[in-house]
Amino acid sequence: MSIVRVLVGTRKGAFLLTSDERRRDWTVDGPHFGGWEIYHLTGSPVAPDRLYASQSGGWFGQLIQRSDDGGRSWAPVGNDFAYAGDVGEHLWYDGTPRPWEFKRIWHLEPSRHDPDTVYAGAEDAALYVSTDGGEKWTELTALRQHPSGPGWQPGAGGMCLHTIILDPVHRDRIYVAISAAGAFRSDDGGASWLPINKGLRSAEIPDQDSETGHCVHRLAQHPSRPDTLFMQKHWDVMRTDDAGGSWREVSGDLPSDFGFPIAVHAHEPETIYVVPITSDSLHYPPDGRLRVYRSRTGGEHWEPLTEGLPQSHCYVNVLRDAMAVDTLDECGIYFGTSGGQVYHSADAGDSWAPIVRDLPPVLSVEVQVLP
Amino acid sequence: MIRVVLPAHLKNLAHVTGEVRVEVAGPPTQREVLDALEAAYPMLRGTIRDRHSGARRPFVRFYACERDLSHEPPDAPLPEEVVVGKEPFIVLGAMAGG
Repeated sequence: MSIVRVLVGTRKGAFLLTSDERRRDWTVDGPHFGGWEIYHLTGSPVAPDRLYASQSGGWFGQLIQRSDDGGRSWAPVGNDFAYAGDVGEHLWYDGTPRPWEFKRIWHLEPSRHDPDTVYAGAEDAALYVSTDGGEKWTELTALRQHPSGPGWQPGAGGMCLHTIILDPVHRDRIYVAISAAGAFRSDDGGASWLPINKGLRSAEIPDQDSETGHCVHRLAQHPSRPDTLFMQKHWDVMRTDDAGGSWREVSGDLPSDFGFPIAVHAHEPETIYVVPITSDSLHYPPDGRLRVYRSRTGGEHWEPLTEGLPQSHCYVNVLRDAMAVDTLDECGIYFGTSGGQVYHSADAGDSWAPIVRDLPPVLSVEVQVLP
Repeated sequence: MIRVVLPAHLKNLAHVTGEVRVEVAGPPTQREVLDALEAAYPMLRGTIRDRHSGARRPFVRFYACERDLSHEPPDAPLPEEVVVGKEPFIVLGAMAGG
């Protein structure tokens, strides 16, 4: 029987939640790195007991931790994240230039092929890669040095590179998303980058045709359809079917198209999930009802999923890296909230139950299915 | 030997309890002590000082002999009581955050 392991990063440590494939009874292990912010905790697809964690804090900066035994033991690896070459400047919130300054790693994306290769997305926005299990990090400079770079501005959460998708088919293709610069694609392993924001509309920027400046919150892809991407933008849920060449809005009948995470069902490439949030100034669910919305049509038509979720007086948020799906036959969906709950559904979203209720605010959720 | 007191998070990171002791080659200064500390405990690199500028991280403070040495030049001599091991060099996190 398979084991399901949910990897949870929180404001005050990391937690590992484990069950068998029935997903009814869970053990909770943690906190690891108690007191530290764990922006992301994830595992290698090819060596699942190889875990990476981004550990940071306001006092003592950034660390990367690695486990080679599924989280039973950890060791710090490299934390030297240098901006290569000319550091340069980007725009600050007030429109004045400001030098790039490293703050933290938001997201770690292990290679689909090599357990020692892992990518890291930074604030201020930059993409790093390690090919030795996280010991040494090298910036893929072409992204930050894209001609549009000096015009990038931070979103409210900072100028973070928060999404990295390593294409399952085109081995040298990488997608990233940056708040609030937009989405970018490389077809040569990071040596060059193309902004892929055509069709996005953002009232927050003056030029609707600008190639950058859009506040992309999250991208999701199904491995069987690599040219289709789904996007939760600041406002609007979007999709592209030509690898980012053009986007169209699929918000449809959502009660709000503001939100952070977006996920795709493991076995149904047109079934997608979002968590509508009231607005950019009201970071909680509409009407105090926590509802996941599912579309079985790749967008436009959405259904609320409420069974087992609080439907009154609920004012939590769900952050962009805090939703994941497992690969069991009956696809499991998982998400964590700013209130410290981790909810799961073992039936593709039809019903939900909390795994834990009182963790620190959840920053990230990943899930592994172990043989 | 210089006695160094670390904050709880860095003790956990370095897998130490209580004070640590470091030996410095030259005249003891903040820089010499922190260089020796990071050589003995490489996992502390970047947690007390910026890895590139060498500057003290903003929310880290250095105390000794009931004095705040945080703004002393990194190459200034440390107090004699620290040099002879009578008093520890204290690294601590500023009282901030939650």
